[in-house]
This record gives sequence, structure tokens and C-alpha cells, in this order.
Amino acid sequence: MGESAVELNSVTKKFTSPEGNPVLAVDDMTLHIRDGEFFSFLGPSGCGKTTSLRLIAGFEQPTSGEVVIGGQAMGMTPPFQRPVNTVFQSYALFPHMNVAQNVAFGLEMKRTPKAEIHKRVSEALAMVRLPGMERRYPKQLSGGQQQRIALARALVNRPQVLLLDEPLGALDLKLRKEMQLELKTLQREVGITFVYVTHDQEEALTMSDRIAVMNTGKALQVGSPTEIYERPNRRFVADFIGETNFLPGTLLGCEHKHATIECDELRVVAETDRAPAPGTSVTVAVRPEKIRLHLEPVPNTPNCFAAQIEKVVYVGTDTHFLVRLSDKLTMRIRQQNLLSTPDPTAYFGGQTSVYVVWLPESAQVLVE
Amino acid sequence: MLKAIRERLSLQGLILISPTMFWLIVFLLVPLVLIVVISFGARGIYGNVEYTFNLDNYARLFDKGYASILWDSIWIALMTTVFCLLAGYPLSYYIARTHPVRRSLLMFLVLVPFWTNFLIRIYAWMIILRGEGVLNAVMTALGLMQGPGQWLFEQIQLYTPGAVLISMVYEFFPFMILPLYTSLEKLDPALLEAAADLGARPWRAFLRVTLPLSVPGIIAGSILVFIPAMGMFVVPDLIGGAKTVLVGNLIRNQFLTARDWPFGAAASMVLMLLTLGVTLIYTRTFGFGEELVP
Repeated sequence: MGESAVELNSVTKKFTSPEGNPVLAVDDMTLHIRDGEFFSFLGPSGCGKTTSLRLIAGFEQPTSGEVVIGGQAMGMTPPFQRPVNTVFQSYALFPHMNVAQNVAFGLEMKRTPKAEIHKRVSEALAMVRLPGMERRYPKQLSGGQQQRIALARALVNRPQVLLLDEPLGALDLKLRKEMQLELKTLQREVGITFVYVTHDQEEALTMSDRIAVMNTGKALQVGSPTEIYERPNRRFVADFIGETNFLPGTLLGCEHKHATIECDELRVVAETDRAPAPGTSVTVAVRPEKIRLHLEPVPNTPNCFAAQIEKVVYVGTDTHFLVRLSDKLTMRIRQQNLLSTPDPTAYFGGQTSVYVVWLPESAQVLVE
Repeated sequence: MLKAIRERLSLQGLILISPTMFWLIVFLLVPLVLIVVISFGARGIYGNVEYTFNLDNYARLFDKGYASILWDSIWIALMTTVFCLLAGYPLSYYIARTHPVRRSLLMFLVLVPFWTNFLIRIYAWMIILRGEGVLNAVMTALGLMQGPGQWLFEQIQLYTPGAVLISMVYEFFPFMILPLYTSLEKLDPALLEAAADLGARPWRAFLRVTLPLSVPGIIAGSILVFIPAMGMFVVPDLIGGAKTVLVGNLIRNQFLTARDWPFGAAASMVLMLLTLGVTLIYTRTFGFGEELVP
């Protein structure tokens, strides 16, 4: 731990689209992936996350900047000489080779002795919990099994870094959840640095030690799942990860790290480390589950506002509300159903006038 | 069993396959039976067929002269297949890997010669390969008509087996390209990336991934070239002159010139059996490759 397994130093990758237009897939990206961590690139399709992974693997060469793996600058090193292995989105298992031949391929290329290949292939198959599958062909396996074979084929080479390109994308939801936990456990066991590409925020939050949220070729925020979720540094991150209420407003002032923002005549208080100058246009972000509903105003509390309930949706675990604070401001609120009564009016169902309350630390000040 | 067959062959099905069945029976099965029957007959004095049963026609094919014709035919057909494959594989690979827009243009160019009449294409080769033809003129102008250049020209000039081989390779080239291209184009580029990722240099990735996965195309292309090449008689006739007689020419001469139908029929039967034999050996050795197609 501690040292960088992968460094991207001011890496830029430009493509030419089929129409001949230049496309900036990765835009001057600098980030360090620590040794032994589970690192995810998270972002919408076309944000440059897969290109970033391919730059590390060596399938693409950076237009400018440098990729460093295990302290060694990669330069133009071709993929077959890099100390990394990839699990492909389509698995890319060799259809004319059986499972054992697929898994043994990398070791054979390194001219590993036969006996050792045999031993390590069995170990790798046991590790992905598919022992005894040696003689099967990829097309005889289910999607989940193929996925594990692809994983075994990469891990058997004991790479310094394992690159995974949306490996769970083709699996159904239940299997995906299982594999998420399994991947995380496996990563802890083998202690190899995993670099994971996904567009699924939940997947990234569940598995990662750190996440880079990407858009338009840039890593907008790099941090732990809690940092990314609780302290998004800009609107895109707050919006892409989970659900968020955005209240546009103007910053009035800041005292003791508590900023006061005027949002459509409401005075919102938010905790912040680096408030901009008074008068700046800002956005206040509040997660729906951080907001409480009360029937009476709560005295001596910042961020307590009268609201009208416009919509109530009971979803079992939670109840979702849409409330209106003013002509221009509405907020979505999610409350866990701690009550157990079948009476629908118990869930604010019969109410229209309520008070919404949230803590200053639950409100984030975002400057664009 | 019978019940299962009856259930499969519904009236609708029978109606649908009847044109094909009619065609196959009238134009394939009946002539084939006729050939078999005639091949056991004898030539009458006026070139007519006497329906007897004797094996003389087949025995004659094993005479020294005729046996070498059969052998030459197999040899030229095999060589045509090999050269088509050697020249066609890199080209197909290139076309399959190039940009899709360029891909269709290149495939179009491969097929363009088919727009010209077969005989005209052969005449073009005659003009090129003649003793004082285009090739000779170009080579002379470049100062290549001496030493090895001279020797090479003599191997491929008109009325030599070399010239026949060149024209046959040219003629059957697209039959090799099409199936090869189809199987190479289907190859998922991610497989080659996976091979590289696992430490395979490009050449090993080719040998371990690309080549085995293109075996179905190689087999299909080879069969498509070898079978018609075995029976070809126009090219050896025009390009090979009197020096190159292949089994196709032999058969044609027996039917049209010598009017020895029984002997021609026997030669046809042997040609068919030889082609079938070589194809069978080939597919038994390499399989049809369909088990490789994912």
C-alpha cells in the first residue's frame, strides 16, 4: 500500500471520428492509483473511462503525457510486454480453445513449464469457483461462468494490475450483485491492484476503495465512495451519483464554516470549507434521504422551511415525497418507513402542510 | 421412423421442394446415371455407343499416357489452390481489417473481373503471356530479359504449364477470397487484443488465434477452388496449347472430337471420384471447421 501502482501524468488522447472530426477522449488527466487498491473509473458512456483503461493496457497510445506502471514509464511498450492483464467487457474468450487452454494461454506465452501451468490453471479455476471445467468450451458455459473464466485467465498471470472493463455489464441483476461481492473478496485475497471501469454508480460505490468520477475526458473528482457521495465537488458528480435536490441561489456570507445562501427568498445554511466570495451564484445540493419531515416547526433550527406535499409514493422500504417550498423550489424527500402500521395516513399521507428540516452539514455548496 | 418422415414431409413442404427436386433429378441424377451406364459400354464403328458391360475404358485410363494426364490435373489443381490461398490470405486479412468503407470498395474490386466475359479474360492473358506479348515487352524494356529473368519468362510464357497455372490462379482467385474474407471479417478484434494482453507477440497471436479461427474459410475456399480447377478445360486448351492436356480436355476431346463417348464417360467418372477422394481426404484431415464457428 502507499506506492502508486499506476500513474497517469497529464495524459491526453485524441481520436479522429469516422467523419474526420477530432475527438478528445481523455483530456489532460493526472491521477495516481495506489498499490493494492480497488480503483474505479465511473462515468456515463463516452466519458473516456474505457479509453483510460486501454491507455493503461497499451491498446492505445497517449497523444501526449505519460503512463507509468509500477514505477516504470510505459512509453510505447506494446500490450504484450506490460505487467497488466485485462478482463474484457465481451470476455474475449478464445472460442476454439477449451477452458484450460484459455486460462493457460498467458502462461504458455511466458514459456512457463508444463507442470506449473497445470497447477496454476487448477488453482485459478478453484479461485473463481469453477473447478473441473477444464475440458469445457466457452460456448458451453453460461455468461456468469464465462465471466469467471475471463477473470481466471487474467489473474493466473499474477499481473501487477488487473484491468476490468465493465466485466459485469452482460450479467443479470442478481448475478451481478453476487459477482460484485465476489470480486471485492477476491481482490482482498489476491492483493492485486484492480482498475475497474463502470457506468453503474452503485457498483462503483459497493466495490471501490477509491473512485474517479469522469465526464468529457476529465476526472472530475477522485475520492473514496463516502467522499464522492457525501462531499461531491460539483454539480455533475452530485447528479451522477445518487439522487440530489439542487437549489440555485446566491451566497450571502460565511461564518464559522457555515455559509448562508439565499435560494428564492429562503435562507439556507450549509457547512463548507471553502466558501466563495459573497454575491457568488452557487447551487446547494441536498440528498433526499437527509431531509426530515415534521408536522410542527422545529424551533431554533436552521434549514426549517414550511412546505406543501404534492406527491406521496409509498415504496415499501421508503416513502418518497415531492414537496413545494416556494413557487420555484420543489424538493424530493425520502424517508425510511420505521412505522409498521397499515394505515396509509400514518405516512404523512393525509397531510399537505409540513415542515422540512435538514442539517447544515447535509447541504453542499457547489460552485460551477 | 416412417411416421416421423411422414410428419416432416407435409404436403406444403413437398410442393416447396418439388422444383428443386425436379431440377436435381432431370439435370443431375439422370445424366449421372447415363454417364455411369455409358462408361461401361464400347465405342461403335460410327462413334455410336454400344451398351455392353466391360471395364476396358477404365483400364485404358491407367495406361501411361492417360495416367500422367490425371496426375497433371491433380497437380495443377492443387497448385492452383495453394497459390490462391497464399496470395488470397494476406489480401483477405487486409480487406477484413481495413475501414468498412474501404472494405466494400476493395471487395468490389475483387469481383470486378467477373463483369467481363470469361473467354475475354483468358484472351487478355494470352496477349500478356505471348512470346512477343506485353510481359515480354515490359521485361525487355526494364532490362530483365536475361539470366534468371529470361528463365522465369520461359516458365510462364504462353503454351507452358506455368502459364496455365497463372491463368487458373487468376480465374479462381475470388472463390478463395470470398470465404476467407467472410471468416476473417467475423473475427472479433477483442480476441487479438486479449492475446496481446496475455503476452502474445503479433506473430504468435496470428498463429494461435487468427489462423485457427479462419480454418473454416480456408477449407471452404480451397474446396471452391480445387473442384472446378480439376475439371477446367478451357484454360489449358487456350493457354496451355498442345503441351498441357488435363483430364478436362481429355473428356471434351472424347465426346466432341474422337467421338469415343464410353471412354469420355469413364474419364468423367474417374475425375469425379478423384475430386471426391481428394476433397474427402482434405476434410477428414482438417474437418469442415464448423465446430470452430462460435
